[in-house]
Amino acid sequence: MFVNILTNAIRFSATFLYGSTGEIITEKSGHLNLGIPGVMCVGSAVGCLVEYYLVLAGVNVGFLLVLLPLLATFASGGLMGLLYSFLTVTLKSNQNVVGLAMTTFGSGLCGYMVSPITGRLHIIAPMSVHFSNMFGVAETNWFTSIFLSHGWLFYLSIVIAIVAQVVLNHTRLGLHLRAVGENPATADAVGINVTGYRYGATVIGCGISALGGFFAVMEYMGGMWDSAAYIEGLGWLSVALVIFTLWRPALSIFGSIVFAALYILGARLSVSFAMIEVLKMLPYVVTIVVLIITSIFGSKKTQAPAALGLNYFREER
Amino acid sequence: MAKTKERTKKEPLMHVAKRSDLPGWQAMLIRTGVVLGGLIFIILLSSGVLKQGPITLLTYIFAGTFGSGDNFLVLLRDSMLLLMIALAITPAFKMKFWNIGAEGQVLISGFACMATMWYLGGKIPDGGLIVLMFIFSILAGVIWSVIPAIFKSVFNTNETLFTLMMNYLAIQVVKFFIKFWVPTGSGIIPTNPYGNLPNLGAGDKDYWFSIIFAIAVLAFMFVYLKYSKHGYELTVVGESERTAKYIGINVKKVIIRTLLVGGVICGIVGFLLVGGINHSITENTVAGRGFTAVLVSWLAQFNPIIMIFVAFLVTFINKGMVWVMQSIGVTNAYFSNVVIGILFLIIIAGEFIIRYRVTFKGMKPRLKKSQAGKRTPEIGLH
Repeated sequence: MFVNILTNAIRFSATFLYGSTGEIITEKSGHLNLGIPGVMCVGSAVGCLVEYYLVLAGVNVGFLLVLLPLLATFASGGLMGLLYSFLTVTLKSNQNVVGLAMTTFGSGLCGYMVSPITGRLHIIAPMSVHFSNMFGVAETNWFTSIFLSHGWLFYLSIVIAIVAQVVLNHTRLGLHLRAVGENPATADAVGINVTGYRYGATVIGCGISALGGFFAVMEYMGGMWDSAAYIEGLGWLSVALVIFTLWRPALSIFGSIVFAALYILGARLSVSFAMIEVLKMLPYVVTIVVLIITSIFGSKKTQAPAALGLNYFREER
Repeated sequence: MAKTKERTKKEPLMHVAKRSDLPGWQAMLIRTGVVLGGLIFIILLSSGVLKQGPITLLTYIFAGTFGSGDNFLVLLRDSMLLLMIALAITPAFKMKFWNIGAEGQVLISGFACMATMWYLGGKIPDGGLIVLMFIFSILAGVIWSVIPAIFKSVFNTNETLFTLMMNYLAIQVVKFFIKFWVPTGSGIIPTNPYGNLPNLGAGDKDYWFSIIFAIAVLAFMFVYLKYSKHGYELTVVGESERTAKYIGINVKKVIIRTLLVGGVICGIVGFLLVGGINHSITENTVAGRGFTAVLVSWLAQFNPIIMIFVAFLVTFINKGMVWVMQSIGVTNAYFSNVVIGILFLIIIAGEFIIRYRVTFKGMKPRLKKSQAGKRTPEIGLH
């Protein structure tokens, strides 16, 4: 029972991990991207549609069935990131406003793209085998269940999170990116290309986040489409997770498991119908608590990037 | 000299400068142009995507919004609700307090209103019930809005993230109580028979209450922002917190007070939505209005009068597109969201033209490379 829940929570956690890792990279550049839920929606829809048409076209090569949808997902997320950056960096629009508009647009686009084939989308379900159970082990004992029974996209999410952590904290690239997010004017003064870093981080971050939406449908749900609203909800939780894990991708690995566990726990435990909603409330409550605690006791290292949500305009000092 | 030469070569393709010389009427003209352009674009886009003629689409849009008396009143009512929420968050925005929690503030007020109806309906006279519904709605809105404000003013807790989380907290509270009150799991609270607002005219479905309240809130907010001391103080805090402190404004007090005002207005909207219009609640009762209101307020430049038009326009497109989809036999509202999203993005991008001046490289008189060094005084001064 416990192993079962934990296994599922760990598997599901990759959705949040992709979402939050992408958002952390974006936020480190000073972009509070509230469009992430929209990005994840579009990513999942594009990935599923590509998968659907590949199946429809009779493509039978496992490699292509995996790679093309993933690339399409990443690219669609990246495009959304490009749109966001263009509006906030080049056109200097308010980040919150652009983000919210992108979420409206993204979840609408997702629902609209998928709606004509909702009834037939189940044909992608068998394709989920290409994404699941990487090591091909049976869930015989707790060890294989918890650690080895997942699809390769799950392990990829952890790799991406660790790479992001290392790059952000231990490379020149990461140092520059953090400088841009903390104090763009200073970064600009020492010759760091603020525009370039903001564009780059947002595009890559949105691409990674988009994978989270695709993962939820293709791997965790086994190729079953739920709804745009479902993905959007996961997106908002990913944004919350960023705060919960204090802008650290490595911490996100564990944070995402906590969030995933709280999200699925209600359905697994024999609690009353209403109690499920209380459990689902917990991620938001703990996020608020973390937000408050870090603002009271936190050092600079636990805070949001100082320039988060602020656009940089060289002439405005 | 050599260094200057190098810089001249690297002169950027375009140069962006802030504009301050644009007269208000010109800015308004550009804005109207952008909105019209955006509207034409989305009509043409919809016409292409839905394979309907643009004129047919326009007919549907107007039929769904101005067509029958009911459609028009619904349009008016929903614009007014959106306007009120936008007005509620505007003072906070002027203070640069990014309250994106209106969705939750309205929803929790609606919930408080529902709870009052649920527990007291039929036990006390309807008149008293309505008064209590109103009071509790406002109380809930204020609580939801003031909590982030207190933490912001005392501990400088990030208000954008805090208010965002409060939205989802409110949604979960409502989801919980729906299941708690209706354990069968239908997820629908039956329309409550008690505490109906009085009808103000034939066939009234609480249209007029929304409109009357909106006018009152609008008048209040216009005066509050423009002529009151409170309005002045919050503008100063928004412009520069240090200046505010220097001239003796109690910044903490201003932040909390401003959010309190916003919470009251959100409470009124929650009361109207649940106590009046729906007389029931779902987690989707606010239907994204709280988020849309952020866009409305910002697009209107925090100006209450312009906000009327923006709120009306957004609701018009929304209702119109929903009607289009129904008329051609599509029941989901996704496409309407896509169209509104695109329209927003176009308008947001359009603001750039008003706020900044762009000079392209080719527009300046260019000198021969050999002469470039002589231009030193001008370079880099823009």
